[in-house]
Amino acid sequence: MSFKNTAGGKALIANLWRENPVFRQILGICSTLAVTNLLKNTVLMCAGLVFATALSSFTVSLLRKHTPKQVRMMVQVLIIAAYVIIVDIAIRAYFPDVHKLIGPYVGLIITNCIIMGRCEAFAAQNTPCASFLDGLGAGLGYSMVLVAIAIVRESLGFGTLFGVALPARDLWWHQWTIMVMPPGAFFMLALAAWFGNSMILRQEKGGNK
Amino acid sequence: MIWAAATAPHVEPGFLAQLLVIFLAAALTDNILLTRFLGMCSFLAISRQMKTSIGLGVAVVFVTTCTAGLNYLIHAYVTTPLHIEFLEYIIFIVVIAAFVQLVEMIVERVSPPLYFALGIFLPLITVNCAILGVSLFMINKQGYGFWKSLVFGAGSGLGWMLAIVLMAGIREKIREDKVPEGLRGAGLTLVISGIIALAFIGFSGMIKF
Repeated sequence: MSFKNTAGGKALIANLWRENPVFRQILGICSTLAVTNLLKNTVLMCAGLVFATALSSFTVSLLRKHTPKQVRMMVQVLIIAAYVIIVDIAIRAYFPDVHKLIGPYVGLIITNCIIMGRCEAFAAQNTPCASFLDGLGAGLGYSMVLVAIAIVRESLGFGTLFGVALPARDLWWHQWTIMVMPPGAFFMLALAAWFGNSMILRQEKGGNK
Repeated sequence: MIWAAATAPHVEPGFLAQLLVIFLAAALTDNILLTRFLGMCSFLAISRQMKTSIGLGVAVVFVTTCTAGLNYLIHAYVTTPLHIEFLEYIIFIVVIAAFVQLVEMIVERVSPPLYFALGIFLPLITVNCAILGVSLFMINKQGYGFWKSLVFGAGSGLGWMLAIVLMAGIREKIREDKVPEGLRGAGLTLVISGIIALAFIGFSGMIKF
């Protein structure tokens, strides 16, 4: 049995594209919109999210037989919050300048519906290893879209990538201020959702014929 | 407005005026949904109908106001003196969940009609990131006392309600329109949010700090 056919492997791959949390399920997009105007912030935020999703899925799955049904939401929230605190402390310690900009959004990973959704939908019924891979896939699928949006927003809005000016920026570039402002985020995410949905619709139609 | 401060003698505005400015800023210029992107998930899911949007909006205003006040008290009198700020994420989320539960029980006992009107929306609120977001942004603002925090919470909640009601009105109007298949649903809603956000940027000249 190859890796692709195990429950965890399947979930990992489905989460990357077909079930992509951002443009297929429109989950957890609060932070998608808020942090994507600078690539550096986005990458850090994504790393934190991947860490928190994978490990909280793992932990929830580990404890799934010991958690009473009635309080399981609360238990899940507490597990997620514990991992998010670790992420928050790490970012505060190593990247204080980034933490100043995205601080509250790191805390908001707790209420990011992706994590909660994966815990509830997958980790509550599956083994720890499969859940870990499922969480990893959801986190990576989310990061993929975020990084793509951030590349467009930063390069169009500031003419930079990772804070480094693109070649010949000052000669010809006119900055699109709108891209770094909130409406730019809405428009970019709408385009990403449109693109993703159309691609998947086309694939499904092709498959049915 | 640095130049204005240099020419005109500085007059400290009265306390009530300060409260009004905080309220308007939270509701309009710093709208929690359109500029900070919080509470997007339920915004996208619920904004199909005017009636449900108003119900959820009212519930959000009430809960943000009360939890902002409660979490301020905890921040000022419990976590800061004891130096356990790193536990704030966990404490805040527990306070919010407990408060929502409490409100649900009280409303059920006191006013059954209101309970049935709000019923479904109350539990949804616990995972609405706008609520936790208000608390996190509130403690990020230095120098907010109890009343200012309360007003900030109320303003933010009202701003969220304003945005979702506007969106519901627009979505009811365009329900029958022909839209490319891939753009339907979330994609179109995001484009409209972007346009509303553009309009809200117009408010930013209104309030001077």
